[in-house]
Amino acid sequence: LRDTDQLARFEQAVLPHLDAAYNLARWLTRNDHDAEDAVQEAYLRAFQFFGSFHGVEGRAWLLAIVRNTCYTLLERNRSRQPAATFDEEKHSGSGAVPCPEAQLLRQEEQLLLRQALEELPPEFREVIVLRDLEGLSYKEISDISRIPLGTVMSRLARARERLQLVLTKRLGSEEKK
Amino acid sequence: VTCTNVVHLLPAYSDGELDLVRSLEVEQHLRDCPACSRALEGQLALRTALADAALYHRPPGHLRDRIRSSLRQARRDRPVRRVIPWRPLAIAAALAVVAVLSWAAVRMLSVASATDLVTQEVVSGHARFLLLDLPVQVKSSDQHEVKPWFNRKVGFAPTVKDLTREGFPLRGGRLEYLNNQKVAELIYDRHRHVINLFEWPAADQEARDPHALTLRGYHVIHWTEAGLELWAVSDLNEAELMEFVRLIRS
Repeated sequence: LRDTDQLARFEQAVLPHLDAAYNLARWLTRNDHDAEDAVQEAYLRAFQFFGSFHGVEGRAWLLAIVRNTCYTLLERNRSRQPAATFDEEKHSGSGAVPCPEAQLLRQEEQLLLRQALEELPPEFREVIVLRDLEGLSYKEISDISRIPLGTVMSRLARARERLQLVLTKRLGSEEKK
Repeated sequence: VTCTNVVHLLPAYSDGELDLVRSLEVEQHLRDCPACSRALEGQLALRTALADAALYHRPPGHLRDRIRSSLRQARRDRPVRRVIPWRPLAIAAALAVVAVLSWAAVRMLSVASATDLVTQEVVSGHARFLLLDLPVQVKSSDQHEVKPWFNRKVGFAPTVKDLTREGFPLRGGRLEYLNNQKVAELIYDRHRHVINLFEWPAADQEARDPHALTLRGYHVIHWTEAGLELWAVSDLNEAELMEFVRLIRS
């Protein structure tokens, strides 16, 4: 009976965050199948450690486990797919601020943005997903990703700079066609 | 405040994550600098675009059911304490004479397998700590800080010793759930290895000398002392782990 209670409490606290868990896993693994596996495994791990969970913020707690599970899974599959190398020069931009236009937000832009985000190195993709898609605070992100606040800030800045750069470039080149 | 500075601060500014002083600096600069204002608009446009629901991946409908059933499966696979049913008990009583003979053997086996089970849990606890990079909840090498913290959290005072001078610096402690209870987990470093020391109250006051076990490449040393069960586990070589245990006990 105590076991049943434990499971019921776990499901009540953690199952509502399934959307957030899946979204993060899907962005980190970049495919449906791996994302489902990772989320399932993360829930099983979370259930195992539920006894040591005393916090109130179940979402951040779960997301930290999802993140670790995803990286373990990616590590396991690494031989299957070549890792995207991070070209410092290419990714960090020239320092010029891309000029934003009001017309920046168009239908096809969504597609470009999705592509650009998928192409970001995982540690940059992760902070964007946690901040801009999930709406977590810098402090929560720093706990989940186990990086100092300053690193959250600089990773976000660079990731956004890169996204903006890709968007301006791609939109620009398409207009020329 | 220069444009370069402001450009670096803009993301945090647009997220409302800058402190008041720096926010004001940025705002003042934005009033006078059209280029940075445009950059801010760009940031905001990007954020709006990213917040679009189309980018958020929703889980497929079957995933929730799949997880719920796998949780139930996982729970079933765990050993569950059973309530003693009366009728089988009566039958068991009739068979008591036969049972007496096998009882001793079964008991010995089950005691042994219970120890094995705990050893497995201890090794899993250690592997989990390494693999998941779990947070150290009380970060301190000061035993006078770590010990009271545990006393508050688990209701017993574990053995805590700072062995920095002996080459085993104490990193801190955290709570873990092992052997169906909350236990104290201490984290010591040895060169590039981590030693976890798990502690919980023993069933009796009897002291047992350390004995070493090896499981899945991890070394485990278990002993009982002053009413506490202590389990040291690490991927460190056995001699150094023994030395660690000797220092803890000295």
